[in-house]
This record gives sequence, C-alpha cells and structure tokens, in this order.
Amino acid sequence: MAFITANWNPLGEAFYRKTELYEMSWNLRDGLRDSLVAAAPYGGPIALLREPHRRSPSSRPQLEIYSASGVAIASFPWKSGPVVQLGWTVSDELLCVQEDGSVLIYDLFGSFKRHFSMGQSTKLQVLEAKVFHSPYGTGVAIVTGSSRFTLATNIDELKLRRLPEVPGLQGKPSCWVVLTQDRQTKVLLSNGPELFILDNTSCTAVCPPGLSPQAGNIVHMSVSFSYKYLALFTDTGHLWTGSSHLQEKLSEVDTKKTTTPKQMIWCRRPKSQQPSVVLMWDRLLLVAGVCSDTDPCVLVGELDGVRIVSSTNQELLQEVPLVCQDIFKIASMAPGALLLEAHREYEKSSQKADEYLREIKEQSMLGEAVRQCVEAAGHEYDTNTQKSLLRAASFGKCFLTDFSPDQFVTTCRELRVLNAVRESSVGLPLTHTQFKQMTLQVLIDRLVYRQFYPLAIEICRYLKIPDYQGVSRVLKHWASYEAIARAVCVKVGDSPGVSYSHIAAKAYECGRTELAIKLLDFEARSGEQVPLLLKMKRSQLALSKAVESGDTDLVYTVVSYLKNEMNRGDFFMTLRNQPVALSLYRQFCKLQEQDTLKDLYNQDDDHQELANYYVTASYREKRLESRLSLLQSAVDEYNKAKNEFAAKATEDEMRLLRFQRKLDDEKGAGLLGLSLQATIEALLALGLHKQAEQLYRDFKVPDKRYWWLKLKSLAEKEEWEELEKFSKSKKSPIGYLAFVEVCIKCNNKYEAKKYVSKVAPEQKVKAHLAVSDLEGAADAAIERRNESEMAAVLSRCSASDRLLIDRLNRARTTATKK
Amino acid sequence: MAAHLSYGRVNLNILREAARKELREFLDKCSGSKAIVWDEYLTGPFGLIAQYSLLKEHEVEKMFTLKSGRLPSADVKNIIFFVRPRLELMDIIAENVFSEDKLHSSREFHILFVPRRSMLCEQRLKEQGVLGSFINIDEYILDLIPYDGDLLSMEYESAFRECYLENDQTSLYHTAKGLMTLQALYGTIPQIYGKGECARHVANMMLRMKREFAGSQNQILPVFDTLLLLDRNVDLLTPLATQLTYEGLIDEIYGINNGYVKLPPEKFAQKKQGEASKDLPTEPKKLQLNSAEELYAEIRDKNFNAVGAALSKKAKIISAAFEERHNAKTVGEIKQFVSQLPHMQAARSSLANHTSIAELIKDITSTNLYLSLVSASEAFFDNLTVEQEFMTGVDTDKVNTYIEDCIAQKDPLIKILRLVCMQSVCNNGLKQKVFDYYKREILQTYGYEHILTLNNLEKGGLLKPQTSSRNNYPTIRKTLKLWMEDANEQNPNDISYVYSGYAPLSIRLTQVLARPGWRSIEEVLKMLPGPHFEERQQLPAGLHKKRQQGENRTTLVFFLGGVTYAEIAALRFLSQMEDSGMEYIIATTKLINGTTWIKSLMDRPECQTP
Repeated sequence: MAFITANWNPLGEAFYRKTELYEMSWNLRDGLRDSLVAAAPYGGPIALLREPHRRSPSSRPQLEIYSASGVAIASFPWKSGPVVQLGWTVSDELLCVQEDGSVLIYDLFGSFKRHFSMGQSTKLQVLEAKVFHSPYGTGVAIVTGSSRFTLATNIDELKLRRLPEVPGLQGKPSCWVVLTQDRQTKVLLSNGPELFILDNTSCTAVCPPGLSPQAGNIVHMSVSFSYKYLALFTDTGHLWTGSSHLQEKLSEVDTKKTTTPKQMIWCRRPKSQQPSVVLMWDRLLLVAGVCSDTDPCVLVGELDGVRIVSSTNQELLQEVPLVCQDIFKIASMAPGALLLEAHREYEKSSQKADEYLREIKEQSMLGEAVRQCVEAAGHEYDTNTQKSLLRAASFGKCFLTDFSPDQFVTTCRELRVLNAVRESSVGLPLTHTQFKQMTLQVLIDRLVYRQFYPLAIEICRYLKIPDYQGVSRVLKHWASYEAIARAVCVKVGDSPGVSYSHIAAKAYECGRTELAIKLLDFEARSGEQVPLLLKMKRSQLALSKAVESGDTDLVYTVVSYLKNEMNRGDFFMTLRNQPVALSLYRQFCKLQEQDTLKDLYNQDDDHQELANYYVTASYREKRLESRLSLLQSAVDEYNKAKNEFAAKATEDEMRLLRFQRKLDDEKGAGLLGLSLQATIEALLALGLHKQAEQLYRDFKVPDKRYWWLKLKSLAEKEEWEELEKFSKSKKSPIGYLAFVEVCIKCNNKYEAKKYVSKVAPEQKVKAHLAVSDLEGAADAAIERRNESEMAAVLSRCSASDRLLIDRLNRARTTATKK
Repeated sequence: MAAHLSYGRVNLNILREAARKELREFLDKCSGSKAIVWDEYLTGPFGLIAQYSLLKEHEVEKMFTLKSGRLPSADVKNIIFFVRPRLELMDIIAENVFSEDKLHSSREFHILFVPRRSMLCEQRLKEQGVLGSFINIDEYILDLIPYDGDLLSMEYESAFRECYLENDQTSLYHTAKGLMTLQALYGTIPQIYGKGECARHVANMMLRMKREFAGSQNQILPVFDTLLLLDRNVDLLTPLATQLTYEGLIDEIYGINNGYVKLPPEKFAQKKQGEASKDLPTEPKKLQLNSAEELYAEIRDKNFNAVGAALSKKAKIISAAFEERHNAKTVGEIKQFVSQLPHMQAARSSLANHTSIAELIKDITSTNLYLSLVSASEAFFDNLTVEQEFMTGVDTDKVNTYIEDCIAQKDPLIKILRLVCMQSVCNNGLKQKVFDYYKREILQTYGYEHILTLNNLEKGGLLKPQTSSRNNYPTIRKTLKLWMEDANEQNPNDISYVYSGYAPLSIRLTQVLARPGWRSIEEVLKMLPGPHFEERQQLPAGLHKKRQQGENRTTLVFFLGGVTYAEIAALRFLSQMEDSGMEYIIATTKLINGTTWIKSLMDRPECQTP
C-alpha cells in the first residue's frame, strides 16, 4: 500500500500514473512496426494490418483483430485494395478506408458487412483518411490527391460533403484533424506555417493565439477526446496547447525535439484543470515534458487518459484522479486518508484506530471520508487496493447513523462487473469513468457483440436488470447465434419476454427454415409468428397460428393470402381443416362474394345452409319463375338436410306464390309476396270469400286464427249480417267475448250486445262491462259469487248507481262471510 | 363532466381519461384544421368518451356522416375518417377519396380505425388504389367504454350473433384485448372464473396475451380481486323476460341508446300560464340517464312498483327544502339558501322529468284489470302472466293459447318470438309438434321470409326441438332458487325483485360463486352449456393485497353477448347488501333487452318486388 504512489509522476499541480493493464496475450513477430493499427476507445478491440502497402498478390497482408488484452479474435488475408486507414465505429465495427475511396465495413469477427464509397469518381485517390466520432455517430474524412477534403459525418446515414478548396494547398496538408464544434463538423489543417479551418462553405485562415511566429511550421496536431482542446506541434519543437476554438492559449512548451512525433494524444481526465498532451516519438514518450520508453507503441486516446499499446504490454497513462491523490498522497491528512489509516490500525487491533477515527469525527468529516474511500476505490485498478478502500469505507460507515449506503453498494457492484470484464480473457480495460460514460446497457451490448453471453447474463442478473432489458435480450442474441432450436428453448424457455420470432427470423436468414419454424412454435405473439411463416411459405401453419391467436384480422389476412396463392380446390380443402377460418371466410363471402359462398356450402355438403342460401337468393329475383326455381332448389336441399318442416314450408310458399300470381292475373288483386294471413285478409277484404275459404283449407290454417281473421275482417267491413251468420256457422273456437270486443272496437254496441249472452260464464262480467251494462255485469258477478269481479264492477260504478252499489256491497259481504 | 364515473368503488374515470388522452394525441398528429367523417355507428359510443367541445379544442371544425359519393365541401386541411374496420366502409372511403382528389389537392386524408386497425381493410384500400392517399393510418383502441360508475360496455351490438351464429370470434378477441388494457390500468386480476365456451376462449386468449407481455410485469396493486366471465348462452332466459325495474322498463319500452333515451314529448310540455298548450313539441324529448343524476341513481334499480313511493317522498323533501326560504331570516341564511338554489332547481327538474316518465310507463303497465279493454296495459299484464307461468314451469310443453291469440291478433313478431323462445328455454326445447306448430303459425302469419330468422334462433339455441326426454329446467330452477314466491318489490331482500319473482340465472351464478362457491352447484353447472373453469394469474411478489377487516372484495363480471339493465340492478343490489362482502363492477359487450337481442338475430332478405 505504501507503494501506491511509486509510479506517480508529478507534472505541475497534478500527478500522472501509468498502470499496467495487461501483458498482451498476442505474440507479434514484428511488433507493431510497419503496421496500420487501430484501437477503439473504451477498451475496444485492436485491428492490425501488416504492411498495408504490399501489393503483390503472392503475399497478401494479413488483417488481424484482437481484444484489448491481445486475445486474437479474427485474422484473414486482405484481398482488397491498399488500405489507407483503419478505424472503429462506435458500435465496434471495423472501417477499412482504401486508397480508391471505398470503405469496407467488417464486424468484430472479421466478417464483411457492407461497403460504401467516399466519392463517385473512379480516379479518386485517397491520400489520408481519418475516422472520427461525434454525437452523430462515426464519421470518415479523407483528403484526396486533388487536395480536396470529403466528409461523411455518420456512416450509417451516408451523406458525403465535399469541402471547399484550400488556397495554395498542393497534395496533402502537413497535418489535419477533424473537429466537431457547435454541431458542425470541420477540418483544421496546416499547410506550412498557415492554419486553416474548413467548414461546409468556407475556408478560413486562422492563427492560434500566442504562438510565437518563430515557432515554425505546424507539423502535428491533436484534438482532445471532447473536441475542446487542441495541441499543435511545430517543426521547431514547440508544443502549443489551447482551446480548439483557437480563442485561448493554455501553454507553450519547447520540447527541444525537432522531429515530428509519431503520435500526439491528449491525456486528461474530465473536469481536470490540467490538460496535458502525450507525445510519442520512436523511442520517447513525453507527457508534455516527461518521457521514457523504447518500444514501438500505439497510443489510444481515452476519455480519461491514454492507453499505450506495445507489442508486449499495455499500460494506461492517466492523471491521478483527485480523490486518489487526496488519499494516497504522502502525508495526506484528507479524511479519506485518515479513515484508511484508521482501518488499517483497526485490523492490527491497535488502539490508534480510535485516535484516527476521533480525529475525523471531530472535524465531522466521517461522511466525507467514507465517500472519498468509495470514490477512490472506483478509480483503482488493483483489486487489493479496491478492497482495502472499500473495507475502510465500510468500517467508517459503521459509525454513521444516517448514511445512505447506495453509493457504496453501487460501487461494489460496479467494481465487480468492471473487474470481471477487465479479465484478460474478456479484455475490456474500462475505467470507472469510462464505464459511467458508456452506460451499462452499452457494456452489455458490447459483451453480447463479443459473444460473452454467460458473462452478460451473469451481469444482468447480478445487477438485477429487468428481464426484458437484460437477460431476455442477451438470450435473444445468444440464441440467434447458436441457432439450435431445442437447446435454445431449453435455455431460453423459462425467461419470459423472449422474442422467438426474432430468433426465428435470424435462423431463416441463415437458411435454416425448419429450425425457424420450430423456434416460432415458442413465440407467444402470433402477430409476430404469422408474417414470418407466410414469408417462409408455410401458409398452413400460418393459418393455424392465426386461428390460435384469436385475432380475426390476422386470420383474414392469411386467408386472403392463401386465396391468391392456392388453386381453389386446395384453398377450400385448407379452409375445411380450419373451421374458424372457414366461418370467417364465409362471413367475408356473405358480404362480398355470394357465389363463392354457395361453392363453399356445396363442398361441405352443408345442405341446410345451402337451402338458406337459395332462400335468400330467391328474394333477389324479380321474375317469379326464377324465384320458384330457386325455392325448388331450397326444397331439395332442405330435404337432403332432413329438415322436413322447412321443405314443407317452402313448398307451401311456392304454392302460395303460384296462387297469388293466378289471382293477381285474374283479378288484379296485388297479392304476390304477401304472407298467407295477409293474403286471406286481402281476399276477405275484396269479398273473395270462396278463395279465402280455399286457402284456409288448403294450408290447414288453424280454426282459431281463421275465426279471428274472419271476425275482424267482417267487422271492419261492417258486414254485420254476414258476421252473425258466421258466428252461428259452428261453435266459435275463440269464444264469443272476442265477438263482443271486436264489435265494440268497431263502435257498434248494438251488434256487440247480440253476443253477450253467448259468452262463457267466466268471461260474462267482462262482456257485460264491455258493452257498459253494469247491471248485467253485477248480476253475473253476484251469480258467480266472485269477489274480485264484484270489486271490478264496483270500481266502474259512479255515484248515481246507488242501488247497484248497495247490492254489490251486500253480495260482497256475504261472499266474504262464506 | 364525467364525475359519475369516479364515484364507484373503482374509478372508471381513469379509463375514460386514458381514452381521451389517446384521442387528443391522434388529433394533434394531424396538425391544422380538420373535419371528421364518422362511421355513424361510432358516434354514440364516442359520445361517452368525448363531447364535441374536446374535438373543437383540437381544431375539428366540421363533422360529416360517412356516405358514398362526394364529401361535402369544407375548408379544412385534414379529413379524418373515424371508422370500424369493415370492408364495405373501405369501399365508401375509397369512393370519397376518388371524387375528392379531382377538386382539391391540398386536403390531407387520415384514417382512424376503431377499435383496431385491420390488415384486411388496408389491403382493400390498396386494391382500390387509395391507400397511398392517407397520411396517417392509426388505430384507436376503444374496447371497453366507461358507461357509468360501475359499468363498462363495448357497445358491440352483434357480439352474440357473431359468436353463436357465425362462429366469428372477433368480439371475443376485442374483449380479451379490452381486459388486458383494463389490467394494465387497474392491475392484474388474480382470479378468473368462467362459464361457457366463449368465456373459456376469452380466458385462454388473456392468458396467452399475458405471456406475450411477460417481460414487463405490471406493478399496480390489483383493484379487482376476481373476474367472472359469463356466456350469454349460459342464461338465455333472463333477457327474454320483461325487465321490471325502472331503468329496465324505460329500456324495454323506449330503448336506451348509449346512455340516452328518446321519449314522447307530450308529457314534458312546459305548461306556462297564459300560454295555450296548443303547440306541443313534436321532437322527441332526449334525456341522458346515468348516475350523475342523483334521483335517477336512487330509483333506477328499484322495482317499478316501488318507484311511485320513492318519487313522492322525494317530492316532499324538495318542497320542504323550498319552504326553507320562509325560515331564512338573516342575510346569511338567505345567502345560504340562494347558494343551494341551483342544486335544488336541478333536483326539481329531475323530479319533474322522472315523474313524467313514470306516468308514461304506468299508462302502459298499470295492472288495473277489467278497467280498460284490450288496452296496452292489459296486454302488458297478460304477457307478464304468461312469462311467469313459463318461468315457474306451468304448461310449458303445450301450445300456449295466449301466444296463439297474439299471433292471430298479429302482435309484433318480436313479442311472439320472445315468448316462444322463452317457452322453449323453460322447457329445454319444445316438443316437435309444438315446435312445428309455432313455426308454421309464424310463417303463415308474418311471412315465409322469417324462415331464416327461425333458423337463426334454432342455431343460437333459443328455439329448439326437445332432443332428450328430460327437461332439466325445473332442477335448475329449484337448485338455484330462480323463482321466489314472495318477492318483495318495495323493500327487496333478494335479487328476484328485479323481475318480480324471477331471480336471473346469471346473477344467481354470480351470487353462488361469491358464497358458498360453485362446488356446491356442480350438478347444475354441468346442465348448463359450456365448460366452467377457474384460472389464477400470478401476481408479482409484493402486490398481494393485505385485506382490512371488513373490506369488500371486488369482482368484475363480464357478460359475453350482452347484459340487461335488470341484471345490472340485481348485481348492484348484491353490492349494497351489507353482508355480501362483495362489490361488483359490470362489463359487457352490449347492453341489451329481449327486443334488441332478438332483433340482432333476425335476418331479412331484401325483397325485390316482381
């Protein structure tokens, strides 16, 4: 622990430290010499292209991809044209910019994904290219043989922008960088002593403030990770640093080196007051002044430092975070440092622990101390240091009552995750700051992308990420890679929210249709299953899935698809096996295609429905003959369906229609289409009693109904004599109260009275009342000794019927007595 | 505006607000002035969600009814079609769009499908060559519409017909979707019970959909404890019977549509002094009926015979309140009185309205036998007597003379069908002879074309020949106590008051489920059609309700294929019973009565007169 500061180097106020990240797992024969190297920030992968300019087909250069720890991921011979520049996109795709302006995109595993070109012209010659990152994504900038710059801000939405000409520029500039400022992407370039800013429309000469004129030509420049700072290196060895707006100068250093550095990278941590630049020459590494090192290396600019990759190992050079400085600085009295000391003494069971603790507590700085320890632990790379800091924090926490444990817990968890991914086998040397910037989601995505599925799942579970964001998503990707149905489902099966259709779609893309179908079986969302099944031409299966879903629109969709795909016979057969689909299709036909409906019923031998179909159709016919022939078809079908009643009823209807037509022709009676009842009514109204009688007999109209009919019809026509005759023709099946009531309804009390005497005893009172014969009603009620009837009569009596009222009341009392 | 929705145990206003929000979002998507072209069927249900004022706030300037031909001219930027996903409507829209393009080119078209967009319809629009003309094609998921504080309806009229006659389960899919939406807002319902084929189907779909969303678990404390899904065909009898509650009778006689009733205007004429009552209003009087109206909430579920007393009691209270003004001496007291005036005046006009309605109904139902002859009221009474005979199992296996007479008198066909179906249901099918006789009578009297309707009723199980010799209706009636001799109409102690003696089967099933449980009536459940089942939905840990002592449980009863107002009244009665320990929220595909129900099952071929 005491040696923690051993690798710290002071620079002005701040300290810089170099932490060894890895001993590289790779074994490079020629080191990094003569290679194009691209390493992605955030502990990203490293791509290596040996001797990119070797063009003989017999010895093609080899493109190799490694993890940050040097574990080989892919390697393949480079068969395309000469490569000018390699670079990584934000989503870990490798960009290879070729001399002819085409850009080839490979994934992490070296499989070719796609390509695009930085210009239309075939004579394009790319002199230099740069891959840069901005809020819009990953961009590419090139400078061509004709000294023109072309930019693509986001390669996923390719829009090429040719920048204006730079006056006086021949060939490539001495150096240039891409800047993103004020939501605009610009190029800063130098041509000899001149400095220009190129944007979409103009080329402006600029001058960095405070750069002494003797400084000479600018030969190297570098912009910081955040595009905020700029470093310029001149051929006289002067290093100028300042804001990238070229508004203010930070420092100017004479490095006494007149050769151009191979690489110059900003090294600073966010919010630091001390920006510094790392320069590298062949045998020298210089942090704006300090230097060491010998081996050919590559510098990788990071958010909070610089990674130095050499053929044997990899180091992180960074400014020591303030909180670490506070704690570990020699003789520091910061609360965190005291707490660490207190804990150390405590472990030794020394009473000094109490003294240290008391000292912190007296300043009421214990909370701050714990916070410092936790924060510092986050920045430490060494697990032992992490542990002792966290233990100290935990120790200090015991003496605080209302200290929120959140930060402590989160840091512990995150450190566990970080330590796991820093493992050489995984090779993501992320610092805590980088992790925070990149977010957990992206980390998991990157793990998934690198096919570290089990680790990704473990992390999701460990950090308790909701399934649909975490485990399920990982499983989805994993399964789409492994693509073996059973194994997939055994493993994926119990995690809800997995989209099997995505997996299946992937499997289908890989040409594994059967597997895709099996996988789809596990998809809960039919809406997702069906379109894919249709795409795979598994229409039968699509249909049964659609039916299963209950979503009728989906069923309709498949049905209409099938209808176009299949011949009619097969189509019908398919539907026949799916009753739900069949009935939906019938519904559709009912509204849209009547003829098809008939064919469907025919095919199914559904005689009942077929008959109904004919009946409906018959009503659409204007000509009686066609109507009758359709009805005859209905009769046949009803017979086949063993629906005797319907067959008979239909035959009756045909008979009735013929009868009506005959009478219409003979007498112009206008009967056609009327119901039997209405026909008889009409006949009676026309005085055609004989014909009415005939229908009554032929169609076996029940007596009761016929009597009612005739009674009403005669009364309406006021044929009272005829009515009386009719009443006497035989005993009325509807009784005689009906006669009374109908007469009264036709306002003929006189006629009504004729029938009162014939009314059955239980209805007599009603009959008398109907003809307003109170006395008669009273007599009948008293005779029947019916109390409620008496009451009913009473309620109709007015005060003038004194005598009657008395009589009824007397009868009532006797009736109740009994 | 919709305060009555939030009074109940479950705040249904949340659902309404969610629906309104979605509507506003869609309207704002089409920026600029707009005209809405309505599928006429949708205007009623939409009225329950949003008034015109809301549309106006979002720059809806004109509204038209969807019809073929050319769209009326309107100086607006957007034309929005609000339609159900039906092919025939797509054809009309296509026609509209075609005839439009020639005149203006600047108007933008949009379609809003209610309740769901349909690939089939979009395909049709594509075939017609207009799909590209639409800027936005969207869906407005309006499955369950909050109808009242304890009532949700899908206003899906043809649900029963589609399910049982046409084997088209679209409505059930929407039901399941609607229930998922409900669960998203009110928490997962832990227990699902059901009876009937459709219920089973809906439950299956719900469980399936739950699996689809499984990754994102709902973290809302469940509001509903139980969901009960009931097929209408489990209880075909209840809707056929004449409802005898106040609200039920209003619906039977005048029909309540989307919460509104249209009444004959005569009784509502304002007779002012000096003005002759010559010019009676001819427009029907339109009234909104829901629990927002205090008086209506009080009397709607009473048996009609108890309504008169309730109204006169209310009248006394109101006039007493108005008398208060004489006691108001100090300025403060007068001020107090005046502040209550608007409320009192509203109460008075509400009282006047309901007194008029009650009079109207009384004219039709009054049971003063012998007083008037062959009158409406006598018909009503006779009809009721026959219904009650059937329900108690009297002579259900013979041809009924009253029905015969009614046919002879050519009473409305629907009335006949209601009675015949009722007899068939109460007899577990009619004897073949009786069955054929009725059918022949109907065809001869009302016309042969009704053979299609009769077929439909047969298919739906409402009217059928007896197949097994055993009639199990009496067993069901006795076990479930469907007939209560001593139904108390004034101060009910049992749900049977809603039909003056008959306790609706569906509600008995609900009641038994709550206590003592369906296990006790296993035998009867087997006699009723379709499976009965129970499902449990896992709740995420921590969402299990800790019930307070005496806290009621809440059950959502979903009637697949329609529910009557009387059934709703019976459930409300159960909710209010002190010892029931259960509150009911009601949901349905559509509010029905015997008439509208039978009507939805009728088929009428359009006739071409030769």
